[in-house]
Amino acid sequence: MLLISPSTYVAGVLFLCLMGFLYWAILRSTVNAPSDILPSVQFFSIFWIPVFFVVPLLTMRSIADERSTGTLDTLMTTPVSRGAVVLSKFAGAYIFYIFLWGLTLAFPLITQRNYPHAAESGALLDTASITGSFLFLAISGVLFVSIGILASSFTRSQLVAGMLCFTTLFVVIVGGQQLGSLAESGGQLVGWLNAVVNYLQIFEHLDDFSRGIIDTRPFFYYLSTGALLLGISTLVIEAKA
Amino acid sequence: MEKPPSIRVTNLCRQFGRVHAVQSVNFTVHQGEVVGFLGPNGAGKSTVMRILSGIMPATSGSAWVGGVSVARDPHMVKRKIGYMPENNPLPDDMRVVEYLRFRARLKEVPGRKIRETVQEAMEICDLARTARRKIIGTLSKGFRQRVGIADALLGKPEVIIMDEPTIGLDPHQIQGIRKLIDNLRGKLTVVLSSHILPEIERSCDRVIVINRGRIVAAGTSQELRDEFLPGNRFLIEVAGAAEMVGLTLNQSGIDAAIIDEVAAPNGRKKLTLRVESEGTDGASLLRVLGQSKDFSLMSLAHSEPTLEEIFLAATKRSWEETIDEKPDGDLPELDEPEEAVESPPPTRP
Repeated sequence: MLLISPSTYVAGVLFLCLMGFLYWAILRSTVNAPSDILPSVQFFSIFWIPVFFVVPLLTMRSIADERSTGTLDTLMTTPVSRGAVVLSKFAGAYIFYIFLWGLTLAFPLITQRNYPHAAESGALLDTASITGSFLFLAISGVLFVSIGILASSFTRSQLVAGMLCFTTLFVVIVGGQQLGSLAESGGQLVGWLNAVVNYLQIFEHLDDFSRGIIDTRPFFYYLSTGALLLGISTLVIEAKA
Repeated sequence: MEKPPSIRVTNLCRQFGRVHAVQSVNFTVHQGEVVGFLGPNGAGKSTVMRILSGIMPATSGSAWVGGVSVARDPHMVKRKIGYMPENNPLPDDMRVVEYLRFRARLKEVPGRKIRETVQEAMEICDLARTARRKIIGTLSKGFRQRVGIADALLGKPEVIIMDEPTIGLDPHQIQGIRKLIDNLRGKLTVVLSSHILPEIERSCDRVIVINRGRIVAAGTSQELRDEFLPGNRFLIEVAGAAEMVGLTLNQSGIDAAIIDEVAAPNGRKKLTLRVESEGTDGASLLRVLGQSKDFSLMSLAHSEPTLEEIFLAATKRSWEETIDEKPDGDLPELDEPEEAVESPPPTRP
């Protein structure tokens, strides 16, 4: 259903247009005011901008629409488990999300092709930062898409699902950052609380990954929370049958 | 070894909060039967069907499909059932053939048999030539229903359950669906629900009347007539003193009552008689009424009570019984037939 839904293609086109524009803006600012930070690192540091609209657009229809049209009932009469339904909805949205990010690799390639002298320094296609950032996007995507699937399982309205997903993503991404800022301004927190706040710093995770530091703790955070949310989605579908 | 019945339901109950949607429902459907579920809106038909299809669990009681318990092994039951829900939800953006192939894959039809299975289902439902490549969103209501039935037929299930398959269709389309159900008779067990009474009467071998979550009657149309509206019925047209008809019959020793009276042109009256006396046929009535000098008998015809009348009698009786049991009215409100409250109880056999 994801591939025949217009909202999927709207999300894809908006994503590529916006990210293309942002990449161009980053290159332009780098040319005008040279910086130590690589364009690819700057580019992936604004990952949250597309996440806020692409994830809700990709996931809001997944279960809410099936429920409102009644096709969830027909799906449930086939020998397919509810867990399999949730996992396949997640897999569809997640693969498309990663595919969209994969398409952004074309931006440095196009730049390199058109401006070969700019690529000579190796700043455009820095393998370490690109690999690390992609790894971050892949594991954080598990959590973000799971949030969207859970929001979609709660309601039969796509609009409500989209708003719920956007708000939760905002709290998870920006809230963690704000908690970190509060902790810094309010002095030292209790040891374990400080550790928890640091654990939820999504931007810190990206910084580490883009510098080539692969820590297992973010893996655990994103994958376990994602799995928990998908499990709750399965229970919600079961309860709302 | 004797084969188990296609469907067996015992003491099935389902509650939604304080509302008892289904209460102690018991019935059995044998292989190859076409059984109609009849009941007003909100009676609990769809709930029973959803429980049988494994979409929704029962609060208590048990249901078996093809000898397999729905609660214990819902996956196996789903392999034995083809279900078409009410309003037949379909994805509007897909083509008919694409959708049916997708559904066949979900129903675990082996990959090499998908084309053949889908083609067979489309041919049974007359979709193969006309609507094969059409986008579902552009189909008429009749064709959409056919797609829903074709979907239910995929994977050769033992039991087909169709919730209101003829709702919203025009008479031609209803006839088409009826023919389709006739074609399935004897090959598969078919359970269909409707509140369109002639539809059930024509299509089904047996009828189960459900009201307020309880089965209030079950049997063939004839069995239901005998139980709820016994006696022979005759439709007569008389000219003259129609009020003397009842008296004339009683004086001749025929136990008859006028249950309906309608004015006809030229000052005549059409009367519906219910004759309780055994052995009284049309000839006896003709003999008695033909000799009367108070009125002239213009026509006489035997009349069978319609399923509609049986249904009203059965549901009114159940309404009375439920009121007796629960005087404080802890009952679902949707099911209550308005006429049942206002009109007096029907004549009980």
